[in-house]
Amino acid sequence: MKTLYLIIPFAPLVGAIVAGLFGKAIGRAGAHWVTIVGVAVSLVCSVLVMQDVLAGNTFNGTLYTWMEAGGLKLEIGFLVDRLTAVMMIVVTFVSLMVHIYTIGYMAEDPGYQRFFSYISLFTFSMLMLVMANNFLQLFFGWEAVGLVSYLLIGFWYTRPTAIYANLKAFLVNRVGDFGFLMGIGLIAAYAGSLDYATVFAKGNDLAALTETVTGWPLITAVCIGLFIGAMGKSAQFPLHVWLPDSMEGPTPISALIHAATMVTAGIFMVSRMSPLFELSDTALSFVIVIGAITALFMALIAIVQTDIKRVVAYSTLSQLGYMTAALGASAYSAAIFHLMTHAFFKAVLFLGAGSVIIAMHHEQDMRRMGGLRKYMPITYLTVLIGAIANAGLPPFAGFFSKDSIIEAVQLANIPGATFAYFALLAGVFVGGFYSFRLVFFAFHGKERFRHAGGHHGDHGDHGHGHHAEPHESPKVVTIPLILLAIPAIAAGWVIGPMLFGGYFGEAIFIGGNHHAIAHMQEEFHGVIPMILHGLTALPFWLAVSGAGTAWFLYIKRPDLPAVIKKKFATVAMILEEKYGFDRFNDWFLAGGARMVGRGLWKAGDQGLIDGIAVNGSAKTIGRFAGAVRLLQSGHIYQYAFSMILGLFVLMTLWLGRS
Amino acid sequence: MNSYLLSLAIWVPIIGAVPVLVLGSERRELVRWLALGVAIAGFVVTLPLYTGFDRQFVGMQFVEIAPWIPRFNVQYFLGVDGISVLFILLNAFVTILVIMAGWDVIEQKVAQYMAAFLIMSGLMNGIFASLDAVLFYVFFEASLIPMYIIIGVWGGPNRVYAAFKFFLYTLLGSLLMLVALLYLFLQAGGSFNLLEWHQLRLTMAPQILIFIAFLVAFAVKVPMWPVHTWLPDAHVEAPTGGSVVLAAIMLKLGAYGFVRISLPILPDASHYLAPMMIGLSLIAVVYIGFVALVQADMKKLIAYSSISHMGFVTLGFFIFNQLGIEGALVQMISHGFVSAAMFLCVGVMYDRMHSRQIADYGGVVNTMPKFAAFFMLFAMANSGLPATSGFVGEFMVILGAVKHNFWVGFAAATTLILGAAYTLWMYKRVVFGAVANDHVAGLTDIGWRETLILTLLAAAVLAMGIYPFPFTDIMHASVDNLLKHVAVSKL
Repeated sequence: MKTLYLIIPFAPLVGAIVAGLFGKAIGRAGAHWVTIVGVAVSLVCSVLVMQDVLAGNTFNGTLYTWMEAGGLKLEIGFLVDRLTAVMMIVVTFVSLMVHIYTIGYMAEDPGYQRFFSYISLFTFSMLMLVMANNFLQLFFGWEAVGLVSYLLIGFWYTRPTAIYANLKAFLVNRVGDFGFLMGIGLIAAYAGSLDYATVFAKGNDLAALTETVTGWPLITAVCIGLFIGAMGKSAQFPLHVWLPDSMEGPTPISALIHAATMVTAGIFMVSRMSPLFELSDTALSFVIVIGAITALFMALIAIVQTDIKRVVAYSTLSQLGYMTAALGASAYSAAIFHLMTHAFFKAVLFLGAGSVIIAMHHEQDMRRMGGLRKYMPITYLTVLIGAIANAGLPPFAGFFSKDSIIEAVQLANIPGATFAYFALLAGVFVGGFYSFRLVFFAFHGKERFRHAGGHHGDHGDHGHGHHAEPHESPKVVTIPLILLAIPAIAAGWVIGPMLFGGYFGEAIFIGGNHHAIAHMQEEFHGVIPMILHGLTALPFWLAVSGAGTAWFLYIKRPDLPAVIKKKFATVAMILEEKYGFDRFNDWFLAGGARMVGRGLWKAGDQGLIDGIAVNGSAKTIGRFAGAVRLLQSGHIYQYAFSMILGLFVLMTLWLGRS
Repeated sequence: MNSYLLSLAIWVPIIGAVPVLVLGSERRELVRWLALGVAIAGFVVTLPLYTGFDRQFVGMQFVEIAPWIPRFNVQYFLGVDGISVLFILLNAFVTILVIMAGWDVIEQKVAQYMAAFLIMSGLMNGIFASLDAVLFYVFFEASLIPMYIIIGVWGGPNRVYAAFKFFLYTLLGSLLMLVALLYLFLQAGGSFNLLEWHQLRLTMAPQILIFIAFLVAFAVKVPMWPVHTWLPDAHVEAPTGGSVVLAAIMLKLGAYGFVRISLPILPDASHYLAPMMIGLSLIAVVYIGFVALVQADMKKLIAYSSISHMGFVTLGFFIFNQLGIEGALVQMISHGFVSAAMFLCVGVMYDRMHSRQIADYGGVVNTMPKFAAFFMLFAMANSGLPATSGFVGEFMVILGAVKHNFWVGFAAATTLILGAAYTLWMYKRVVFGAVANDHVAGLTDIGWRETLILTLLAAAVLAMGIYPFPFTDIMHASVDNLLKHVAVSKL
């Protein structure tokens, strides 16, 4: 079995290395075959592992000892349980779809081999992250996916916006990692181990401690530190700012990394750490509030975006907020469930958007689309499925997971839960609106693309005719779309076993006084009753009215949005400015850091140290030497005179001593 | 057990430099190959030090002892433990790289250039191997001379100022050290044996004074804030090879002095002054991190980044736990690889463009993709990315620091953000983007010689990041012993 575990991450790694180092030798087809085979092998093995795990075989073992120092044994090893198995399937499946899709999407890109190498490297890193059995390896994977994300956002490195976005993404993530590392540091210091099982076993002891220097309750400090890491990676407010800009990367990676997998690493991590988070209600409150803020306020931005990818990006932020709120409500299984369904329907939305972008010759602005459903029916249908799922309408996948989250948050009994509940409810309306706005804006209504030029393009121009009719994308693009649309419809139906059948078993721990999931379990009587119940519940009607509003504004009265925008100019501006975070960060943080640096350099290094201390003393010595030099006149009589004078002085002192 | 391995490590490069000098700069090609041969021989003789090292044994190994100046009881006393052995290997390894790096680039006085590096390599091995204070001092001072010459002769336009600043700064520092050594000699009843000094009982006041005398000498070399300002100037003016040796090895001498001399001889003063040392180290990490951010000259930026990374070394030493000290030692070795690689990368570009200004570049990846890939790896290592060597030491020191005091760890961890910011921002402006000007458009990618050098370093950086166990394993016994020793008061 251990070999199987090894194959899963290393098959993509081998593909990545071959495509990366020998890309020229093996050619384009060679590069996509070697990486696709690698990921496919990984997917097959993951399915086998899933079967094995369902049969009750979990694994927790060491691969090798990375280092040992000061009583701390740091190892590389795997923990394969039910939580890991879900993640492995999601990661390898979406990754395989994206690999195939890329053949079509990047067909004309000169960096073809490099791209395949990167996405396979990403798959490796992500698998190492989810399969880790210790915090060290978790951090390894954590930073490695960040690196690949950095490389891929800046894939088109000649574009100023892309290389701005990737630096921003890396640095914002580093802010999160800072917190993450502090959390890990505290665990190492107080638990004396970075192995999950050992640390979790000491959970209750840790909960009794306070941090000696700061006086903070230890477990709360640890959890908030770890969660700050999650806020960076999973783009939670206020560290969300990098994710919309990451859309500068090619669309396949927006789907794979910035929607389906990497950004959910934070959600996965907190679920994995449930034995720790359950010990601190303060940390859970923090989590639920941050999640709720992200869910609502990011959804609001989505309604004013006109770039099709950015709408999906903000919708991703909002959905990540839902998952985070679920974590805060101790509904880890619901969060992972939503993570899974979201991976499918959001990958559909992104890849569908990518399909549209290809058809529009790299135009991303929805104001230059409209009426596309006639020309690209498969893309239209799959995007529609994705949108319905995203809006959370039954019986599609998103309904089950989103509804479970809302219910869990309603039942949660920690401070901040009530606020979170209302924020999430409001978010449902907004979600219904922006999802259908996208569909109606891009696929229905008047055809506005007749004069579209491909200037904002994803690839830059490569000589397409600008006025050709848009047409459906090739099979390598549509087949992954269809394959992803199937689980986007159906993945929700496993809710019974997954949430309420005790699927996660030992992998997730829920503290004694957090009853949300247990309550829901009592109420749950199967998929059909849940759908029927859902039809009469508030979230459904909110989502439907959101969708209806979108229909009214973008199909029935397409003149209205402009009027509304004019009337509520301030609100529109705040949303278009994304609450001003980017401006503030650029001005205060980036600008401030440079100013501090310049100040320290000019005043400290050049002024005080070099100017006064070093060169100052050099000058003083120089002046002193200059004065002394006057004495060295070279005239014998002066020397003789001073010798005699000196002799007299010395003799006087010597004689006068008694 | 008698061994000549350490003598070989010291004298092979130094004696090998003689025929290099004799051949003279007329026969360039021959001189280069000869120098390379000597450097490789110098590296090969150090390998048995690693393979034959007894990891369980606490004391000094490969010991050589012979009278040198009997009148003052000065001995030719060599030996290494788990703390020093790796630096000899690192030094010998880096020497090969700098010989190769200077291959086509140095056209003036080739023989002297190569000889200077070989001699310096031998002298620095002497520092790491010396167990006699006078021997240590002689090597310590003598190693200044070749570096002074390298900067002063093959350096940039402002080389004389930089060479002087470098020389005076370090010389002034080491004069105080001489006084301290003489004092200890007298206290020890006429012995320069460092191991005997480790057992010497001293009261607090002299301990503190001696500590400060050594501190001045070592702090200048590390360099620690605020005696660091010679380094950016020296780096900017030094030829690429000079910068590589300066950053990779020479900066380690001061840090090594702390573990070999200050901590074991002056444990009480070390504990007493630890808060100051930690403070200075954190200033190096944070203050210098900010300063690095705004540098316009790539070499200056990397020089400041070196100071910031060396802050982790001194921090690790003075938090007195095993993670800290081993982390600091690992950081020293890793910094040897990473800073060498960073300076070589700048050297690669400088050889083609004759500019170190970030503003003169942009879009280098378009014309030098292979180089850009290497540079990316090293930039990431410089930012402390896991699976590169740059991560290991920083991670260990941060863990050790959190254990020592949360806020110390907190301040140290800011390097995660600052280090990434200054390194990757530079990388972005230099490498990414559209081709900025005709000079960049005319760049040629790295040749086989440069590829070989960078591949060797890349392998080292990755190996140490993925599997640091062999590096730390060899240190355990000695570091453990050091910590036990330092915990015992000498008052």
